[in-house]
Amino acid sequence: MKKLINDPADVVPEALAGIEAAHPDLRVDHANKVVYRADAPRSGKVGLVSGGGSGHEPMHGGFVGLGMLDAACAGEVFTSPVPDQVLAATRLVDGGAGVLHVVKNYTGDVMNFEMAAELAEAETGARVVSVVTDDDVAVQDSTWTAGRRGVGVTVLLEKIAGAAAEQGRSLDEVADVARRVNAGGRSMGLALTSCTVPAVGHPTFELGEGEMELGVGIHGEPGRERVPLAPARDIAAMLVEPVLSDLPFDRGDRVLCFLNGLGGTPLIELYVLYNEVHRILTGSGLDVARSLVGSYMTSLDMAGTSVTLLRVDDELLSLWDAPVRTPALRWGV
Amino acid sequence: MEQVSADDLLAWIREFARLVAENRDALTELDAAIGDGDHGANMHRGTTAVLAAVDGAAPAAPGALVKKVGTTLVSTVGGASGPLYGTFFLRLGTALGDAATASPADVAAALRAGVEGVVARGRAEAGDKTMVDALLPAVTACEEALAAGRTWAEALAAAAEAAAAGRDATTPMVARKGRASYLGERSAGHPDPGATSAALLLAAAAGTLAGGSR
Repeated sequence: MKKLINDPADVVPEALAGIEAAHPDLRVDHANKVVYRADAPRSGKVGLVSGGGSGHEPMHGGFVGLGMLDAACAGEVFTSPVPDQVLAATRLVDGGAGVLHVVKNYTGDVMNFEMAAELAEAETGARVVSVVTDDDVAVQDSTWTAGRRGVGVTVLLEKIAGAAAEQGRSLDEVADVARRVNAGGRSMGLALTSCTVPAVGHPTFELGEGEMELGVGIHGEPGRERVPLAPARDIAAMLVEPVLSDLPFDRGDRVLCFLNGLGGTPLIELYVLYNEVHRILTGSGLDVARSLVGSYMTSLDMAGTSVTLLRVDDELLSLWDAPVRTPALRWGV
Repeated sequence: MEQVSADDLLAWIREFARLVAENRDALTELDAAIGDGDHGANMHRGTTAVLAAVDGAAPAAPGALVKKVGTTLVSTVGGASGPLYGTFFLRLGTALGDAATASPADVAAALRAGVEGVVARGRAEAGDKTMVDALLPAVTACEEALAAGRTWAEALAAAAEAAAAGRDATTPMVARKGRASYLGERSAGHPDPGATSAALLLAAAAGTLAGGSR
């Protein structure tokens, strides 16, 4: 294992200290491993709290700031944060208008956020609403599993709901916007290599030189199938077609296309792939209204990508375009 | 009439922590096969924190003691096991209330409340290949033994036996909850890690909770 670290046991706290040193707009509660806006709580503004296992950076700490999240809780690598952390974050950002929890659909995350919401309501009287993302079409049999996993749509939801909260909308209105984003978004991912968890020291799974894992999860969970390595134009079709047919997206739909890198894939390759994805989308009669290309929801050093499509209307587009100032997304300010 | 004291419960918790430490690597290996390979480490972190929390400062009442165990597990275990084991002990504590001691029937009823809490928190049913498959038959066996007039020690032994059988019964099951569920049919052929640690919890109870009647 070659990594730019000191001690595997210190990766999460030292990365949080680095975020605090690099971004004066942000503060870190080191005891609870919470990144939060220096100006929190904002009176009368709905607070947005998210979080999850570490190893997916910049998600979620890199999305804290004006127009997006108010706080993010960092769990151990690939392990959900505990309720105490989420409770601390909820207290830090509650400005009296309630708090929205953005939770990815993993069993541990859902339960820990649920307990935190119960504790927050019991102990502080803060009103908490949770929205769970579950956009991964790679999970086909969602009735007999823990359900679809929350992946790329989470990034888009945090931006769009964050803009709605910044405009001063009520908790119910912000939650409605968030649910609309999750309902209108679908994703599919692919790995070229495994990732290596620092505390483990070796790759999570073995993938041959000539193989790819189609439908992989963001913790290295197995995907739909293992397939031979293919050129970008074929990979684009493998990712986009299951996404298009799932919602389904129809001719004339306006979409936001988010092409995400999983951590170990260079941007030049993402743009090669985006070119192919864009060609398929326009060829299918979709209007690609906005795009986001880059590594925003990673799986440590995994090489690979995910494609997320979100059906948008004027309202969602205007919220997407609204000012945002975070370490990872920054425009209009 | 035999009574269960906070000391008995403390002995149970200590024995559970000892069994978790002893089986830490085995639990992790089971979890690596069908989950994400951190069950042993997460549970060991939690039970180690529990020992530190009760060491020399254990609450004197049974209800308060197990509540402290629950809040410590919730705060330290993480993943799905933290909320599930935490909820089990918190509900157990609520059911035991403020009394200085509890009768075997009180403890059996509290165990039932704990399991119901786990079922509600995890939304798992019997047969989903989870810790519920070890806990539910254990509590039922305990209740039935007490109803049949058997001793408290016998009821606890029956519970431990039923938990072990429930754990073994998870091996051929296909997981429907948690990360193992994404493996579909490939999850069959391995015992569930949560059911395995839950069987340790009942094995620990059988050796300790009837301490007052020995």
